[in-house]
Amino acid sequence: MDDTVEGLTEKQAEQEYKETFTLSKFARKNGTQLGIFAVFIALWALFIFGAPDTFLSGKIYWAFMATIPFFAIMAMPLTIAVIAGEIDLSFPSIMAMGMVSFILVYDSTGMIWLAFIAALATGIIGGLLNGLIVVYFGIPSLVATIGTQFFWRGMVLVLSQGASGTLGYAKESLLHPILVGKIGGVVPVQFFWLVFIAILCWVLLNRTRFGAHVYLIGDNAQSAELMGVDTRRTRILVFVLVGVIATFAGVVASLHVAFFWPSLGDGYLLRTLASVFLGGTSVFGGVGTIFGTFLGAFIIGAIEAATVAVGLTGFYTQLIYGLIIVLSVTMHAFLRRRME
Amino acid sequence: MTNRVELKNVSKSFGDVQALKDIDFALGENEVVGLLGDNGAGKSTLIKIITGYYQPDQGEMHINGKQVEEFSVPKAREMGIETVYQERALAELQSLWRNIFLGRELKNNFGLLKIKEMKQETHRLMTQSMGFTSAAVSPDSTVGTFSGGEKQGVAIVRALYFDADIIILDEPTMGLSLKETRRLLEFVRGIKEAGKAAIFIDHNIFHVYSVADRVVVIDRGMVAGEFMTKDISLDDLMDKMYRVAETGVL
Repeated sequence: MDDTVEGLTEKQAEQEYKETFTLSKFARKNGTQLGIFAVFIALWALFIFGAPDTFLSGKIYWAFMATIPFFAIMAMPLTIAVIAGEIDLSFPSIMAMGMVSFILVYDSTGMIWLAFIAALATGIIGGLLNGLIVVYFGIPSLVATIGTQFFWRGMVLVLSQGASGTLGYAKESLLHPILVGKIGGVVPVQFFWLVFIAILCWVLLNRTRFGAHVYLIGDNAQSAELMGVDTRRTRILVFVLVGVIATFAGVVASLHVAFFWPSLGDGYLLRTLASVFLGGTSVFGGVGTIFGTFLGAFIIGAIEAATVAVGLTGFYTQLIYGLIIVLSVTMHAFLRRRME
Repeated sequence: MTNRVELKNVSKSFGDVQALKDIDFALGENEVVGLLGDNGAGKSTLIKIITGYYQPDQGEMHINGKQVEEFSVPKAREMGIETVYQERALAELQSLWRNIFLGRELKNNFGLLKIKEMKQETHRLMTQSMGFTSAAVSPDSTVGTFSGGEKQGVAIVRALYFDADIIILDEPTMGLSLKETRRLLEFVRGIKEAGKAAIFIDHNIFHVYSVADRVVVIDRGMVAGEFMTKDISLDDLMDKMYRVAETGVL
């Protein structure tokens, strides 16, 4: 359009576009992620300095790999939801509801794989319900999923009559080692499931149209619609993804201890949200990365161990999680205002 | 010669508010039509029907002589209709290449995005059509950091890239500097020279008069009148516009 620079533009246009790698360009493009990585390294150094006995022993790292996946797996699809400008607070209840389906199907058929599929199907239904309420009735997802959170928790309590129970039978099946076994007796398999789901969510977010539309919807839903993006379908799919992965995480967490509690998932809400926000995902939508959430989850997971290891009581962890959520969300509001 | 766009008896209501009442509208094969009208007259609603964003409650619509039903934005694009929106319809936190291909991302047989190809195309468009020559701007640059004129350039290039025959510009001069506005008006004239058709909406009657072959005046959801710009002076047109705004008739 600019006629004054025509000669230059033509010459430049002849040159094929090549992606050149420079350190400053890389830093600009991945600023947030590098920031979180720096925070991760700094905190870890602090943990090692503050509690060397704990953080220099290999044992704690095996423990992290075993327990962090329970909520970190969930944090991956939740990152996608938050980037799309949505939130899902019902996933802890959907986790538990998935396990209720699991137990009901196992009790009536004795088929553990069918039980597993039933759990995942419950997640799809739960997610679909959230998506339909949000998209077709225009209820903000924050409110809609508070509602469904109570609904599914209520359903869990009614169906289980509030009773907990052993899942010892699962240990006999192949499902147990595949989901929560230990390679060589030490490396927990669920860590690899976390890595797998993180990669899956990364590919979805960064290499598919679905992911491109998630970013666009979170950034400016109206322009996405004007440009022909099916925002309804994309948003519903986001909730379904959260639902199905929630139930997967629920099965993993329950099989790990071979026990079911009707309150399953309750403890994960705060940690999962904290991982997502600490990982640099903006509560306003349009911005966020899977890599950031992955590191965020490990920081959150380590904080609990660290507070206890440095001699504080476990009561502090909740306070610290809350603080992290508030600080990361505020930081984004600040950055956004500065950009505007 | 068939009309590019033809609307017959089109009406659209939002709740109790009737935005368009029995509108007839046509856009010739190589014509620039200016839409004039006060705020809330129904200009944007009319545009959004032609781009498939809204469905009319009643009436017929023909694109390139073919009657269309169950129209949508992707369908409109397939038929060669592109729009530069008032709101510019850009995702400001996203990169330039994502904005250029917004809603039409290229993908391979596995359903994965062809990112490199999209960036290459964006780079070509950047240097050839948008006039970005600074090394600081790349296909990865965030659109939110661009000036108003640059953003408008992105929206226009996006509309042209997909080889449209019908280009709709909804208040494209909003927020532009004088120089940027002049460039934009030249661009609209260029559309006609390229043998394409355009609908141009603007609050500024001077802008519309200077580029349109014909102006259509919309008032309270109806066509109040239409004039060939060669047959009416700017002063007369302005007089008529004032009268329409006050009385509803020309």
